[in-house]
Amino acid sequence: MIRTRDLRMSFDTGRGRRRRPVDAVRGIDLDVDRGEIVGLLGPNGAGKTTTLRILSTLLRPTSGTVEVCGHDVRTAPREVRRRLGYVAQGGSTSRRARCGDEATDRGMLYGLTRRAARERAHDLFDRLDLGDLWERPTGSLSGGQRRRLEIATALVHRPELVVLDEPTTGLDPQSRANLWDHIRDLRESHGTTVLVTTHYLDEADALSDRLVVVDHGSVVADGTSDALKADLDGDVLTVRLADPSEAGRAALCLRAVLGHAFSPTDDGTLTGPLHAGSGGLAVVVRELDRHDLAVVGLDVRRPTLDDVFLTLTGRSLRDAAA
Amino acid sequence: MQLLRDATVVFRRQVRLNLRNPAWVLLGVAQPILYLVLFAPLLGPIATQIGVENAYTFFVPGLVVQMGLFGALYVGFGLLAEWREGVLEAERVSPASRGALLLGRLGRDVLQLGIQCLVLVGAGYAFGMDAPWSGALAGVGLALLLGAAGSALSNAVALRTRSEEIMAPLVNVVTMPVLLLSGILLPMTLGPGWLRSVSDVMPVRYVVDAVRSAFAGDLAVPAVGIGLAVTGTLLVLGLTAGVLAFRREDT
Repeated sequence: MIRTRDLRMSFDTGRGRRRRPVDAVRGIDLDVDRGEIVGLLGPNGAGKTTTLRILSTLLRPTSGTVEVCGHDVRTAPREVRRRLGYVAQGGSTSRRARCGDEATDRGMLYGLTRRAARERAHDLFDRLDLGDLWERPTGSLSGGQRRRLEIATALVHRPELVVLDEPTTGLDPQSRANLWDHIRDLRESHGTTVLVTTHYLDEADALSDRLVVVDHGSVVADGTSDALKADLDGDVLTVRLADPSEAGRAALCLRAVLGHAFSPTDDGTLTGPLHAGSGGLAVVVRELDRHDLAVVGLDVRRPTLDDVFLTLTGRSLRDAAA
Repeated sequence: MQLLRDATVVFRRQVRLNLRNPAWVLLGVAQPILYLVLFAPLLGPIATQIGVENAYTFFVPGLVVQMGLFGALYVGFGLLAEWREGVLEAERVSPASRGALLLGRLGRDVLQLGIQCLVLVGAGYAFGMDAPWSGALAGVGLALLLGAAGSALSNAVALRTRSEEIMAPLVNVVTMPVLLLSGILLPMTLGPGWLRSVSDVMPVRYVVDAVRSAFAGDLAVPAVGIGLAVTGTLLVLGLTAGVLAFRREDT
């Protein structure tokens, strides 16, 4: 459904003497099969939106090949546009317009008759719980409703592939979970292929069959979330001390027994990997006890995508996104 | 004809949005009416001195051109608002022809300017303007073609600059000399030689002359032909710039 090879995009930023090229995308190979839900994950500025805009024919890539829905975005953009639904980050409807009109008009731009567009839009409104908002101006909707409306307007022409750019940014947790259900439902009921960008790890984890992690314009990992986590050696250990001021001493002690650094925090917790074959928890507990370090909490968990991201990019996704 | 079909979809959406907010359509016509009420009476006593018999017959055609062109030059601001709302991008990921995105909007502008011009001409008749209907309609038609050119140009500038702050002074820089040098307010023949020479290079002056001839009922004079040619040229230039701007991908 999507196939890119060595996709590159550079912009000129600034004018005159300050003009300099910025490489937003530096050689991305992306493959998405029919019916897949793929999450494109990365911090702000990683090149996610640029990649999506190239796939949607809004931007012409500097170099590389890009095939979407079986057509080259450069030579057959109209064929690509017919088959693609694009849900932009910033919305696509006029605040003054009525919801139903926006969805109907959008469908008609894809060659549908008014009647067909209206019928399909009504259908989508029902499915996306927008049923009674048909006559309302889009400016009066809540954040979650607005986002569902954006998705509805992008689906009226029944695209084979839907790309969504950070669809849940700024939504409350309930609306996010609700939107995930709707996105999954797209595949279940129509076999639609979905490419979604996000910088929420839980979202990528819950929603996608496969994750593509990008950073600084290149792919740094590609696989299922389980496979990416399995690549991380071992579990994650968190130790909570009774006395936060002892964190420094505890870090030294953990280093001595496990052989690698733990990062202490001000509230007296230390987090780091617990590799298989390092003697396990028992050694840690014994060592801390021997140094009279009172422990109030010990936690060993499977790594999360956050840990994966930290390992891949050297940064926490949350920091990077802030 | 896909172009016309897509343009109709865009046009109907735009007209519907305008109908939902008719206040500024009325505002657009308020300015020329004010000129008609507050400025034209000043022309009355000096009408014979500036070589016209009826001040309104002289002044209404100028106002029609002013409204047709100046109203159109501001439509780019509306396009920038749509761009910020993401509407433009959504239309550009659709297979609709790029020209249709421009044409549909031009249709809306011409319709709106047409209504405003007709209100103005009606008011002119009420004030005692002496012009044949056919001539007045032909004059309005020519002004609307100029309006379409201005609207296309304004859209092109909006898409190139992507900034209200750059666009506002730009529109001002264009409108001021056009207003002063096209004989909209007073005939250029009143001025000294050098001023007339400067106005000779102002394309809109020829359109004003042509519309004025049309209102006077003289359709078969050279002035009308020249005005039509100038308007046609401006329209081609405007449309070219507009379509190119809509075609160009954004960065």
